[in-house]
Amino acid sequence: MAAITVRQAISDALREEMERDENVFILGEEVGVWGGTYAVTRGFYDQFGEKRVRDTPIAEAAIIGAAIGAALTGLRPIAEMMTINFAFSAFDHIVNEAPKLHYMFGGQFRVPMVIRAVGGGGRQLGATHSQTPDAIFAHFPGLKVVAPATPADSKGLLKTAIRSDDPVLFIEHSTLYQWRGEVPDGEHLVEIGKSKIQRPGQHVTLVTYSKMLQLSMEAADALAKEGIEAEIVDLRSLRPLDMGPVIESFKKTNRCVIVEEGWRSYGVGAEIAARLYEEAFDYIDAPIKRVAQKEVPLPYNRELEQLALPQVKDIIAAVKEVL
Amino acid sequence: MKKEEALDLYRQMVLIRRVEEQAALLYQAGKVGGFLHLYIGQEAVSTGLVAARLPQDRFITAYRDHGLALNVGLTANQVLAELLGKATGTSKGKGGSMHMASVEHNFWGGHAIVGAHLPIAAGLALGDQYAGRDGVTVCMFGDGATNIGYFHEAVNLSKVWKLPVLWVCENNQYGMGTAVPRASAVSEIRQKAEGYLIPNSRVDGMDVMAVKEAAAEALEYVRKGNGPYFLEAITYRFQGHSMGDPERYRKPEEIKQWQENDPIGIYRKFLTGGKKATAKELDAIEAAVVEEVAAAVKFAEESPNPAPEALFTDIYVEAA
Repeated sequence: MAAITVRQAISDALREEMERDENVFILGEEVGVWGGTYAVTRGFYDQFGEKRVRDTPIAEAAIIGAAIGAALTGLRPIAEMMTINFAFSAFDHIVNEAPKLHYMFGGQFRVPMVIRAVGGGGRQLGATHSQTPDAIFAHFPGLKVVAPATPADSKGLLKTAIRSDDPVLFIEHSTLYQWRGEVPDGEHLVEIGKSKIQRPGQHVTLVTYSKMLQLSMEAADALAKEGIEAEIVDLRSLRPLDMGPVIESFKKTNRCVIVEEGWRSYGVGAEIAARLYEEAFDYIDAPIKRVAQKEVPLPYNRELEQLALPQVKDIIAAVKEVL
Repeated sequence: MKKEEALDLYRQMVLIRRVEEQAALLYQAGKVGGFLHLYIGQEAVSTGLVAARLPQDRFITAYRDHGLALNVGLTANQVLAELLGKATGTSKGKGGSMHMASVEHNFWGGHAIVGAHLPIAAGLALGDQYAGRDGVTVCMFGDGATNIGYFHEAVNLSKVWKLPVLWVCENNQYGMGTAVPRASAVSEIRQKAEGYLIPNSRVDGMDVMAVKEAAAEALEYVRKGNGPYFLEAITYRFQGHSMGDPERYRKPEEIKQWQENDPIGIYRKFLTGGKKATAKELDAIEAAVVEEVAAAVKFAEESPNPAPEALFTDIYVEAA
């Protein structure tokens, strides 16, 4: 086992899959000569050439649309959205084309593609460049939506996504790239649609994913010092959503705080809370709490931005409210 | 062109016409749901294009797709059954009028969001280029689609990457009810291709032979690795945009004028005038088509609905 960054884990996954399968190729803005704006594909252009590492015009609909078409012919494109905020320019293709084609044509079409998209706030990029709109994309049946946090999960889920015969939106977080963790040596695959207990505990269940796993871990460390053991369930996939470990944990703790970076309204937390009410009502001992982003367009000013984003102290406070 | 082939083009156009006439009746009888966009009047375009294809050439079009579906070889049974939402339809009753496809016939749909299939067409062409195959992707769309961003993104990409695509604009004069000059800065749509340095031409879309010839030339150009080509076919739909169109945007005289330019009539004159076929032979073809379509209506009506379990099949290739 080697400790590597999320960036390295994603890069390794891409490289390994491209070396394994000639049909895998990358297309997107600045993925080639530039090496990726987050340096994930640095060196790829030299290793694989311009046929398989394709710089595109700044034209998101063309990027996703072309990936869909290429996938229909049996290739396995990895289309990169420089940030998930730009994915709105390709919204039709992401939610209205890719996830529909298999079903709508009676199973004739297959769309084996991955869309990599970087999201998240905290880098003072202002309202249009800092969003965490994961829940919107997770709303659409036919699309798989994956949002891992750890290096191991990032690598394993991306490799699985590339091998998947369905369209997968793979959401990365721009402030997680430097997060370091151990990744198993050799072939490492993680199944899509499986939640995971990232930390065991018996007093309260924290349900989270992506960047908020990092904050939840910090909060759990702090709480442990006060004798409160939080169990952390990392969703990892938003669709398909695996409620199994969430419900199992909740039946033990009877208390739940959901931590998400996106806005509270109509969000991931709303879905998890509703599912707990529907599927584990008899186990509820306290109101289910949500920690989420304030309902504002993210401001540029650093202090204001941090006020809007969920913080470790917000998680701790929420946990104390439900205990 | 061999006589058999010449007669088959006639059969195809008549088949489209008769299938759609029945579709309209079925719609009025409440048996077809959703929207129904008829291709009547435009038959020469898809028929001429398909006549010029090689089997490795992919076709993709917009929502006015019944004609192309029949040209590529789907049966009247498969098309009418899909219109009635039956399990025997080409998309198993899950697509409907606007979403017909057949991978077996290299027909990649039937896409209902205006312009959105153009980037997908670029991707289909990329797939063939990537794999070193010599197939050309023929992408059909209306004049209205050339005003949306997808068109420009896709056409630009096709030129930058030298993709083997034949872009075919079916200029039927109206995007729904808005006449071309009211929606497009240029009324000669092919001029938009000029902006991307894509060679282009215009063809009479009411003349199947002219379309076939223009398509054959364009396909050869693209197949040689020259990159995309842009063909604008001037045509006209004799019916409304979809069933229930009040048609306040065009005058009956205009429609009548174009109807005198009926692509089937033009081709019939070409065949009989040039002694390529007798009126008797063509009448026999028409009679056979009428019979075929009547049988197809019966087939569609008697076909089963999809089973309730079909609701949850084919959402994903890999079940969760």
